[in-house]
Amino acid sequence: MTSKPSAMTAPVIIIGGGLHGSSTALHLARAGVPALVLEKNYIGRHASGVNAGGVRTLSRHLAEVPLSLASREIWLHIQDWVDDDCGFDQNGQMRVAENEADVTTLRTRLQTMLAHGFTHEQWIEPEEIRSMIPAITPSIQGGLIVREDGSADPYRTTRAFRFKAQSLGASVMEGVSVQTIARENGQWCIDTDQGRFTAPVLVNCAGAWADKIAAQMGEPVPLEPVGPMMLVTTRMPHFLNPVVLGTGRALSFKQRANGTVLIGGGRLAWVDRDRDWSELDFRQLGEGARTVCDLFPHMKDAVVSRGWAGIEASMPDGIPVIGPSSTEADLYHAFGFSAHGFQLGPIVGKITADLITQGQTDLPILPFSISRFQ
Amino acid sequence: MIEITQCDLLIVGAGPAGLAAATCAAQLGIETLLLDEQQAPGGQIYRNITESPVKNRAILGEDYWHGASLVEPFKQSGAHYQPGATVWAIANHTAPDAAEGFEVGYSVAGQARMLHAKHILLACGAQERPFPIPGWTLPGVMTAGAAQILLKSAGMVAGQRTVLAGSGPLLYLVAWQYLNAGIVVDAILDTTPSGRLTQALPHAWGFLRSPYLAKGLKLLREVKARVRIVKNVSALEALGEGKLEKVRYTVAGKTETIAVDQLLLHQGVIPNINLAQAAGVEQRWNKLLLCWEPIVDDWGNTNIERLSIAGDGGGIAGALAAENSGRIAAYEIALQLGTIARGQRDSQSSTARAQLGRAVRGREFFDTLYQAPDQFRMPVGDTIVCRCEEITASQVRETVKLGCPGPNQMKSFLRCGMGPCQGRFCSVTVTEMIAQERGVSPEEVGHYRLRFPTKPLTLGELAALPQTDDSRKAVIRLKKPV
Repeated sequence: MTSKPSAMTAPVIIIGGGLHGSSTALHLARAGVPALVLEKNYIGRHASGVNAGGVRTLSRHLAEVPLSLASREIWLHIQDWVDDDCGFDQNGQMRVAENEADVTTLRTRLQTMLAHGFTHEQWIEPEEIRSMIPAITPSIQGGLIVREDGSADPYRTTRAFRFKAQSLGASVMEGVSVQTIARENGQWCIDTDQGRFTAPVLVNCAGAWADKIAAQMGEPVPLEPVGPMMLVTTRMPHFLNPVVLGTGRALSFKQRANGTVLIGGGRLAWVDRDRDWSELDFRQLGEGARTVCDLFPHMKDAVVSRGWAGIEASMPDGIPVIGPSSTEADLYHAFGFSAHGFQLGPIVGKITADLITQGQTDLPILPFSISRFQ
Repeated sequence: MIEITQCDLLIVGAGPAGLAAATCAAQLGIETLLLDEQQAPGGQIYRNITESPVKNRAILGEDYWHGASLVEPFKQSGAHYQPGATVWAIANHTAPDAAEGFEVGYSVAGQARMLHAKHILLACGAQERPFPIPGWTLPGVMTAGAAQILLKSAGMVAGQRTVLAGSGPLLYLVAWQYLNAGIVVDAILDTTPSGRLTQALPHAWGFLRSPYLAKGLKLLREVKARVRIVKNVSALEALGEGKLEKVRYTVAGKTETIAVDQLLLHQGVIPNINLAQAAGVEQRWNKLLLCWEPIVDDWGNTNIERLSIAGDGGGIAGALAAENSGRIAAYEIALQLGTIARGQRDSQSSTARAQLGRAVRGREFFDTLYQAPDQFRMPVGDTIVCRCEEITASQVRETVKLGCPGPNQMKSFLRCGMGPCQGRFCSVTVTEMIAQERGVSPEEVGHYRLRFPTKPLTLGELAALPQTDDSRKAVIRLKKPV
C-alpha cells in the first residue's frame, strides 16, 4: 500500500513507478537522497510488471551494449542489491538461425561485435543447440549465445527495487496522476489529481506516457505507445533452460521454473494508453504460434491459458531516451526502452542517480540524448 | 454445417436468453448465428432439453421442460446454430475491418476459427458462486449444479450417501429432482442464517406476487417431507483421505459428523462475466448479490458499442427473465442494425417487457433471504481459495498484509487466479477477502483483469488460424490508433 510522505515535497520527484523509476529511487536513496516516486496506477502496472523478464545482453543495439554489460554486473549480485533474488536464473539466452539467411545475419552480427571488442556473444553450433535442447527442430542451423544471460520475474523485481528504495528512505505514492508541471522559483511544481507536489529536481520515468511530460518541457518526442503481446501456457514437463530468440521471425521463448512456457517476441497489441487498455491481435499471435510450432514441434499440443500486453514506449530508432533534458536544468529523462528495457533497469537508475548527485556518469549515454529528436 | 465466416448478429450461449434472442432476431430477418459450448441447446437451466435420457418428465419438473418451448421456435426461426463451439476471443480494434464489426475467435472440436459479426449479444448465463470450505477440492465434493447437469445429460448420479449443503432455491430443486429420480438424500445442511427471513420480509410483497411462490412452496413441502433438514448450519467441512469420507458441520455451537460419499454444495449463482470483462464491458459490484455484474441498460446495451448482454450474464434474474431480456435485446439490436424502426422496437417488445417485469418480482426477497453468509464466502486458514494454483486463504490474507492492495497484484504475488480456469473459481472470493482485510469495499478493491483467450486453446489451434496478407508481411506491425 502507498506510504504517505510527511510532506508533498522531496529533494527529487520521480514520475513513474516502473522498474526504471524504482531503480532511480533506490540508487538515489543509496546516495542519501530520499526521492518521492509518483505512480498513476500501482508499481509495475504495465511493462515493468508484465514483460517477458529477459535479462539479456544478447543482440543489443551497439549503443546499449556498454550499459547492458554494466547492468549485468548488478544482476549477478541482485540479492545483495535488493534483498531478493528477483527470480533471476542465469540459464543463458540464444538467438537461433532457422535458415541460411539467418546464419548470414548472425555471422555478420558476430563480426560487428568482435570489431567493437565485444566478446560476450558467441557462435553456437547446431549440434550443441540440439544437445542443449533436444526438443528443438533438427533443422536448426546454429545461433548466437550469451551463456551469462538469463531471465527474472519482472513484477517481483520491480517490487524488490521499490521496497529496497523505501527501506533506505525513498517514498512511493500510488494512484497519483500527474497533470501539469511548471517551474516556479527554481522549484518544480507538479500538479496532480491528488494536489501539488514540489521538488528542486524532476525525473521523467513515465514510460508510455513520458512524451506528455517532455512536450510540456518544450522537447516533444516521437514516442509511440506499444503493447508487446505475451502468451503463457499451462505447466509442461521441463524441456528448456535457455531463453530462445528468433532471428528472421519475431520470437522470444522460455520455460519458467514452474513449467509454464512464455511466448513473446514483440508482436503488438492494439493499445489505448489513455484508458490503460490493450487488445490482443490473434492473427498476429497466430503467426507467433506458427513460429513456435516450427521450432518446437511438440508445442502444438501446448495449452495457452492466458495472453496479455503491458503498455510501454517505443522510439522510432528503437533505443531509449536517457539523460538530462535539453531545455531545462534539473530535469532528467529515462524512457522509451522500446520493448527491451527490463535488463537495463538496474543500471539506468544508477546512471540517473549519478547524473543528479555527481553531475556525470561513467557510461556513454550520448546516443540516448533527447536532443536527437530536435 | 458449412462454416459461417460472417453474420449480422452473433449470439453466444444457447440458454433461455440466447435461444429467445436468436429466434426473435432471425424472425425479424437478421442473419443470426448462435454459438454454444454444449452439444445441444438449453444452456445450464434447460441443459440437454432435446436429448435428455430422463424420459419421466416428473423427475426434472415442468419448469425444466418449459425449455422445449424455446427450442422448437428457435429451430424453425432460420437462425444458424453451431453447437460445441467455445468462444475464446472478441476483437474490436484489431479486426481487419473494424467498420464491419467484431472479429470473434472460437473453436469447434479442437479447430480454431474466426468470424465477423456486426453485432454481438452475450448470453453466457450464470455460474455457481464458489463455496470455499475446508476440503471442497476433495473428490466426492461437487457443486449441486454439476450434479444436476449429470442428472439432466447422463441421467446419472455420482454416489450413494448424498448430502446437500448450502442455501438457495437450486439446492432444494436438486434435492427434489434427486428424490424424483429415486435417490436417497441423507440430509440437507441449510446454511441460511437465522434472522434472514426477518431481513427479507420487507421484500415479501413482490415475492407473494411472484410466479415462483406456489411452485416453490410445493417443492419445499415435498423435500421437507422426505429429507432430514438441518437448519442454521454455521460451519461446514469436508473430510477424507484422498476422497470425501465425512462432512462435519456446526449448529448452535454443536459440531456433528456424518459419513457421506457425495457432498453437493450450492450457495447461489453469479453472472458468468469472463467474456464480457475481457471485451472491456464495465462492471459494478452488486451489494445484495455480492458479485460483479456488467453495467447493462434496459435494452441490453453496454459501454461497448454493438456489444449487448442478455440473461443472467447481465445480472442474476432467473430463466424467465432471461428469455424476455433476450427478446428485448433482439428488438434493440434490430433497431441498431436498421431492420426495424424505433416505434416497432417499442411496440413489439412490450409483451416481453411486461413478462420480464413479472418474472423479476420477488427477486429481492429471495436474494436477501439466500445471501451467502460471510464465513462461506471469505474463508480463513488452510482452506483453498484458488483451486488451479492451490493458494490458501491465509496466503491471500498474509499477502494483503505485505502490501498487496488488489486482485491483479495478487496474481503477480501468488499466481492466484492465473490457472486455466481464468479465475472463475476464485475471482469473487479474492476480491471480497482483500476488501475484508483492508476494511474497504469490494468496489474499491476491483477485480481480476481478464484477458483473451478466456478459454484455453492449444498453440496448434492458434497456429492453424488463417493467415492474412497483413500478418504475413509484417514481423512487427505498428497499429495506428483509431
